[in-house]
Amino acid sequence: MTFDDVFSKLSAKFPKGILAKEETKPDASIKVDPSAIHEVLKFMRDELNFETLHMVSGVDYPSLPALCVVYHPGSYHHKMIVPLKVYLPRTDDAKVTSVTDLYKAANWHERETYDMFGIQFLNHPDHRRILCPEDWKGFPLRKDYVTPDYYNGMPVPLYFEDGAPTEGGAH
Amino acid sequence: MGPGDNVVMTTMDDVLNWGRSNSLWPLTFGLACCAIEMMATGAADYDLERFGCGVFRATPRQADLMIVAGTVTLKMASRIRMLYEQMPDPKWVISMGSCSNKGGPYWQEGYHVLKGVDRVVPVDIYVPGCPPRPETLIEAIMMLQKKIKVQEAALGPLGFMRKQA
Repeated sequence: MTFDDVFSKLSAKFPKGILAKEETKPDASIKVDPSAIHEVLKFMRDELNFETLHMVSGVDYPSLPALCVVYHPGSYHHKMIVPLKVYLPRTDDAKVTSVTDLYKAANWHERETYDMFGIQFLNHPDHRRILCPEDWKGFPLRKDYVTPDYYNGMPVPLYFEDGAPTEGGAH
Repeated sequence: MGPGDNVVMTTMDDVLNWGRSNSLWPLTFGLACCAIEMMATGAADYDLERFGCGVFRATPRQADLMIVAGTVTLKMASRIRMLYEQMPDPKWVISMGSCSNKGGPYWQEGYHVLKGVDRVVPVDIYVPGCPPRPETLIEAIMMLQKKIKVQEAALGPLGFMRKQA
């Protein structure tokens, strides 16, 4: 089975959910409607032998503008990975359905995507930050993220632009 | 005078410093890749035990040397401070590697990296390198031992017989 076979099977099954094929290099990907990603992945897992989910991650496109969630379902049976991309509006309440009930691996990956991009995953069993501290402000991998000056009294930059000293901190 | 009747004259400081400097017990505390070099230092090839420093303790209550080996994130900084407070006096800190010295490669874009562990705990010895070789860490420990040997142990600021004000 090739990438095009998967794409034709998916678009025959979900004529509204599968939006387009993106011929990006080096790997082509499939653009999926946000409301359909759960059933598409369920179909791929149950019918097309995509047993594992290698990765869930995010991309911030300020030029589109869009926030994107990228899924990498993999198949050991067909020896292939088919990237799926879900484009969401670039807002603070971008939401997509969690696929943790299909693939256990998605749990931490979706938490990291939430941590870095602020994309919320509906029906996630443990929806909180995974890497940053829980009282962290903002989402660091967004392109418009600004590094904070202080975190809990500790200066974050090595030096400030106006030359003010940053030594001391929480002493 | 038989062989068992010898008398050795010394000072309290010398005895205490001799004991302290030759039985440094480090805290088992690795944060990143520097910890690999710290483990190599403690293992057979470099054998930190030659310096009385190979007893890596699993709890801060039994340790008196903290080797901060690796990148200190802001999330970890408060934990480091707590571990430092849990260590009994006298205690020393070695900052190992560029990351814990001054942020290392994350000095500019590291939004979550503490730019130097000396912002949360006082540091005695800084070890440069990314990561430092085991010889460098051994050099730092020998330097710390020299530093301990000239401290005023009995009546000084770190002494257990500290004068009551």
